[in-house]
Amino acid sequence: MNREITLTDLEPGRQGTILRINGNSPFKKRLLEMGLIKGEKIKKVKLAPLADPAEYIIKGYHVSLRKDEAREIIISPE
Amino acid sequence: MKPARLLFHRNEAQISVVNLMVDLDIASKKSPDQKGSSDAVKTITVALMGNPNSGKTTIFNCLTGANQKVGNYGGVTVETKQGTIRHGDYRIHFIDLPGTYSLTAYSIEELVARNYIIREHPDVVLNVVDGTNLERNLYLAVQLKELGVPQIIALNMADEIKKKGIKVDREILSRELGAPVIPTVGIKKRGIRQLLDSIVSLAAGLWEKPPSTPVPYGREIEDELEKIAAPIIEQAQKLQYDHANPQAHLCLNISPRWVSLKLLEKDQDIQQTLKEGEIRRRVAEQVEISRQRLTSLFGEDPETLIAEQRYGYVHGICRAVIQRGALSRIDLTQQIDKVLTNRLLGLPIFAVLMYLTFWLVFRLGEIPMNWIESAFRVLSQAVIDYWPAGRTFFLRSLVTDGIISGVGGVLVFVPNIILLFAAITLLEDTGYMARAAFIMDRLMKWVGLHGKSFIPLLTGFGCSVPGIMGTRILDNRRDRFTTLLVLPLMSCGARLPIYMLIIPAFFAESVRAQVLYSMYIIGIIVAICCARLLRTTLFRGEPSPFVMELPPYRIPTLKAVLLHVWQRTSLYLQKAGTVILAFSVIMWALASFPKVPPEKIQGLGPQQAHQEALQYSCTGRIGRALEPVVKPLGFDWKIATALVGALPAKELFVSQMGIVYALGDTDEHSHVLREILRQHYTPLTAFCIMLFCLIATPCTATFAVVRRETGSWRWPIFQFASLTLLAYIVTLVVHQVGSLLGIGVT
Repeated sequence: MNREITLTDLEPGRQGTILRINGNSPFKKRLLEMGLIKGEKIKKVKLAPLADPAEYIIKGYHVSLRKDEAREIIISPE
Repeated sequence: MKPARLLFHRNEAQISVVNLMVDLDIASKKSPDQKGSSDAVKTITVALMGNPNSGKTTIFNCLTGANQKVGNYGGVTVETKQGTIRHGDYRIHFIDLPGTYSLTAYSIEELVARNYIIREHPDVVLNVVDGTNLERNLYLAVQLKELGVPQIIALNMADEIKKKGIKVDREILSRELGAPVIPTVGIKKRGIRQLLDSIVSLAAGLWEKPPSTPVPYGREIEDELEKIAAPIIEQAQKLQYDHANPQAHLCLNISPRWVSLKLLEKDQDIQQTLKEGEIRRRVAEQVEISRQRLTSLFGEDPETLIAEQRYGYVHGICRAVIQRGALSRIDLTQQIDKVLTNRLLGLPIFAVLMYLTFWLVFRLGEIPMNWIESAFRVLSQAVIDYWPAGRTFFLRSLVTDGIISGVGGVLVFVPNIILLFAAITLLEDTGYMARAAFIMDRLMKWVGLHGKSFIPLLTGFGCSVPGIMGTRILDNRRDRFTTLLVLPLMSCGARLPIYMLIIPAFFAESVRAQVLYSMYIIGIIVAICCARLLRTTLFRGEPSPFVMELPPYRIPTLKAVLLHVWQRTSLYLQKAGTVILAFSVIMWALASFPKVPPEKIQGLGPQQAHQEALQYSCTGRIGRALEPVVKPLGFDWKIATALVGALPAKELFVSQMGIVYALGDTDEHSHVLREILRQHYTPLTAFCIMLFCLIATPCTATFAVVRRETGSWRWPIFQFASLTLLAYIVTLVVHQVGSLLGIGVT
């Protein structure tokens, strides 16, 4: 499948491959440095009790991202 | 020793002058073994770096023992710990830098860490790497390699790597990174001696560095790097070395390739450094051309390209060094998280844990607090008993009412602080703190704060002093300062006696509980408004991102808890305690001077005499002078005097009211005082008193702690002034509108 969705739209429990990160903020740099680079697999583990943020697994570690932030990350779901 | 102080150049005007090394200087002067043998003993400076949650602080604790001191970077309030030990013929000085994911200065903490490495040139950079999360951790290691600093890798959590069935080939890793790799288990103190030996041999030049290849970025990027580096290399030939000149330092002492890389990545701080002189135009132009060329060539900005290449390189190293065993076990952390951050259970469990924390800090803390209070009361009484009131009455009063009660006022917070930091360390070291932030973030984001702000704010309902100290858990300065500034609005335990005095006196039994709740809720609402206001004005800027690692759950060590508690408590006593003590002596002086002439109190009872004395004193005079100011709030000079007298601690308002009404010492249940209040004031005024006490002027202890935590007088003064002004406005509006509408005037 070659669909493109944002990380926000990924269902909890599913994973996808990162295609790109939108925007051009220093924040993007931070995401890159934490390993959210093109081609990397990212899995959405679950949502927080108040539905935001969500927990992800990338490069074998767990990270929490807010919805606003995940919206900038474009992935191809599996 | 290297030059003892350095200047960080300006970055967005937030960082001005940073006297980074002042503490270090003091530390080295203090060390006793320097005397006499200073020629024989060589000092090695070691900076500890590493990702957050890599166990860096545990390694630091192992290396230095209890031999450490906490210091603030002046002006920026980024905290570092330092410690010096002896190892063989060397004195090794360790500096624990803030945790950082990369050498891109993203937050002030990271900028401080990076600039320390760049500008101070420590002899060794000890990079603590979480072996269970090698790929992301090596990103920093590779950057340090690029920077060309002497690096040692502490491959931490070696036991967990084994448990996971992973084998790491240290030889290849060492070769690839050009750095010795030492396996360590921080919490079991394993590998520490080997680390020390390795530090000594690296610093002494005994370690043979294998020839290493630079990170390959591909021909296109390499070409551009060379073009950018050319003017820098040229400039280097013209410049004289001068440590105080950041540009000369950068051009002469740092690899031009690294500087070019950073420029290509649009690193603001490095750009700023090269913004002066003729180099500015040439470099800036070249960077712009190179960036455009690469962007059009690859369809990606250079930051992304560089990060991808670097990660590609790291990935290659990982593939070469990691051998996965048969099967990794079930991820225990994930199992625990199934419960603790569960969508349904997450919040209730969080609430229970927060309740336990609050209970531990304040309910349990109350017991030793009472001991301290009574001990000081007994001491004070003993002094009075053995010190005849005579001509030295003034001195006796200074000792009992000024110093003894002042010291008591400092020590009374100690149980709270000990217990709070024990709780915070437990929450942090187990890994739950990150989950707490994860759970609360949605709510706190709405206020404009970080999920982690919740815990200090909650603590604020007990007492602002430990709450403000607890804001240390926030990594981002903007979040931290916003939290700290609004924290006194959380109605603390010391306001309760005021509410308990006033509410039963003026409000019907049926609404008392609601009035009490309303005070707490008003505090929260005002705090939310203030926090949002601060985030859009003073602390405007990018919302701090919530890219937060959820580290694996770990069992905390008792030593770490004790060490942290000890550090916080001793810092409180040294830095805040002295100021609190000074304030209480000042407040005592204001309430005692000038002395009322004896003829004025002749024939008066002791209570009337006390009232006269207070009226005659500075406190009373200030109260009277304030009367016209507070009149529109419905307050008279008596209330104003009591408010001034209650500056050292809010609950003093009650006893001060007792004195101005010549009742002598009253406790909060005094019916007589309530009767008098009812005769003199309307329910509206009473409500306004509570409102004013809630919002206005944090107590002097809070003032002192804010001073200590922010590193300047500016913030406590700002907080004091703006909260008082805010309280004045809110109370004024309530009183005027209430009077107009005739609510609560009879």
